[in-house]
Amino acid sequence: MTAVTLDAGAPFGAAPPSARPAIVTRGLTKRFRGGQVAVDALDLSVPRGSVYGFLGPNGSGKTTTIRMLLGLAAPTSGEHELLGLPLGEALPRVGALVEGPAFYPYLSGEANLRRFDAADPTAPPATVRRRVAEALDRVGLTAAAGKRYRTYSLGMRQRLAIAAALLGPRELLILDEPTNGLDPQGTREVRSLVKQIAAGGTTVFVSSHLLAEVEQMCTHAAVMRAGRLVAQGSMASLGGGQVPRVRVRTPDTADALRVLRSLGLADVRADGPEPGDGVSAELGGHAPERVNAALVGEGVAVRGFAVERPSLEDVFVRLTGEGFDVDG
Amino acid sequence: MSTAETRETGLRRTPGLVPVSETLRTADRPLPPGAADSAPAETGAATVGAGPAEIEGATVGAGPSEIGGVAAGGEAVDVIDLAGPAPARRFGAFWRLLGSELGLTFRRPRNLVMLAVLASVPVILGVALRLVTDDMDAEGRGGGMGGLVASVAGNSLMLAFASLSFLVALLMPVAVSVVAGDAIAGEASGGTLRYLLAAPAGRTRLLLVKYLNAVVFSFAIAAVVAVSALVTGMALFPVGPVTLLSGTTVSVADGLLRVLISVGYVGAGMAALAAVALALSTFTEVPIGAIAGTVVLVIVAQVLRAVPQLEPISPYLLPTWLTRFDGALRDPVDLAAMRDGLLAFGAYILLFGSVAWARFTGKDITS
Repeated sequence: MTAVTLDAGAPFGAAPPSARPAIVTRGLTKRFRGGQVAVDALDLSVPRGSVYGFLGPNGSGKTTTIRMLLGLAAPTSGEHELLGLPLGEALPRVGALVEGPAFYPYLSGEANLRRFDAADPTAPPATVRRRVAEALDRVGLTAAAGKRYRTYSLGMRQRLAIAAALLGPRELLILDEPTNGLDPQGTREVRSLVKQIAAGGTTVFVSSHLLAEVEQMCTHAAVMRAGRLVAQGSMASLGGGQVPRVRVRTPDTADALRVLRSLGLADVRADGPEPGDGVSAELGGHAPERVNAALVGEGVAVRGFAVERPSLEDVFVRLTGEGFDVDG
Repeated sequence: MSTAETRETGLRRTPGLVPVSETLRTADRPLPPGAADSAPAETGAATVGAGPAEIEGATVGAGPSEIGGVAAGGEAVDVIDLAGPAPARRFGAFWRLLGSELGLTFRRPRNLVMLAVLASVPVILGVALRLVTDDMDAEGRGGGMGGLVASVAGNSLMLAFASLSFLVALLMPVAVSVVAGDAIAGEASGGTLRYLLAAPAGRTRLLLVKYLNAVVFSFAIAAVVAVSALVTGMALFPVGPVTLLSGTTVSVADGLLRVLISVGYVGAGMAALAAVALALSTFTEVPIGAIAGTVVLVIVAQVLRAVPQLEPISPYLLPTWLTRFDGALRDPVDLAAMRDGLLAFGAYILLFGSVAWARFTGKDITS
């Protein structure tokens, strides 16, 4: 496996292409003609096999980055690499959805997929019928395969675009806002599709401006803000600074504080000045049910008990010093 | 259904998944500002990462999962791609894309309407001439007919030349401009250009396919006009030896050969115009802009040609050469004039093809 890819002329680097990250960028920068910097010295590293969330508000440079990755736009400076290969060799192994679906309105869904398959010089024409049928089946469009694209609903168009990205064996999928314009049902379908694809070993790079979406789908994430990378890493490492807290709603603030301290929980504090505001503490290695039992056993009137894990949003507030501005 | 479930359980069971994220976490820490020393870190992570990745592939591949098979198959494809008949395959792939392009062009309703309109013009022209000659015969004024009308009335083949010279001025250039001007700009405005290039169609390859498609369309419209004119002419006018512009008379077979030469020449001229339209098409995302721009250029050139004081620039204008197919109507065939015309077409194709290539290969696709 390694030998074959090396013979293919591994371009640079000691590691064979198949062992290099799925996407690497070094100092990737895009400055538009007006002088506006859309992407500023981006250093991304997307590990193989990950579902990588590329997060940022609209206009933070996500789509411009994806355009550069796919060779649609030339970077002003910096470099990038997909699958450890030269771009022309990498692209046939990459399925992409960039800035919404785009197809020929006067062709059927099936004819559209055939058209894009014909554009890929490595796609074997002998199997096109089967591959198109499989891709359509994968996104549940088999019944609408013969209908003109013009008549497709927004959700169907989005699914056709995903089908186009799945036409061949892909090692990397780049999905730009794949759930845009989808209803909750469609969003769920895309999420499960992404999980399914990732389970097969394909790396998925998915951009989104929706925190919750990334939180539910991804193993890794990067955060863009105004063209700059604010943070990147595995979800665990991104949330690593924050530990789960136990939050107790009770009128007996003082007793609750005492019990929690005696149990050895860290950072025990009242959540507000009023009695009834409740108390909270870092859970650490304690079992929540034992904490609750201890509280009740000591006569604390427990009205509510919860273990809260920090959401990605909390992480971003911490990282960026402000809330994550979700538009759309 | 069942495969999906298997995959899901595979995901839960697969021990490989944990090490992958574990090993990669090290590589994934926010990169240090000096990215230079990230290279060894990457190598380390990559080497470790290869282990779990393989395990994972094996686990998934062992099950009935299609995806696993596909991932493994990816490597097999490599071998075929890179070791063996790569050039032959790329060549085949080029024809496949061209075939797809031709399929789009010749199935698109808009283009079919244009072909139909072009085909109908010789019919209308023939019927009109027939009516005119009938009237004149009835009034006994046959001798007063103009040269063209007289020659068409006298021989069916002449309708083909009359139709070509009538249409080559504007209607055929419009049809070619629509197809060639739409070539890149149309894909850009529809957004399909980004998906073609990500496929990856390759910019030079796509441009070449687009141009060859426009060339085929150029010859197709010239052929459609000629065929329509021949059929109409044979139905309405006498078939027989053809009297040429130089006064000599040639056989029907010779006449048909001369029609063929004219079609080839006009097709080449339209192909030169297609290069202009294609070049304009790479500068805009508004197809109608490239189309109208080309048509305006043709009209401006016609106007410039009509100004006697601008005679010196007329050899540089495309329309000057488009009508030179009448060299085929002389005896012997005026090869010198047609050769100059073909050279002019070649120069246009080279110049505007280069402009289109330089622009398209260096352009950011923002649509």
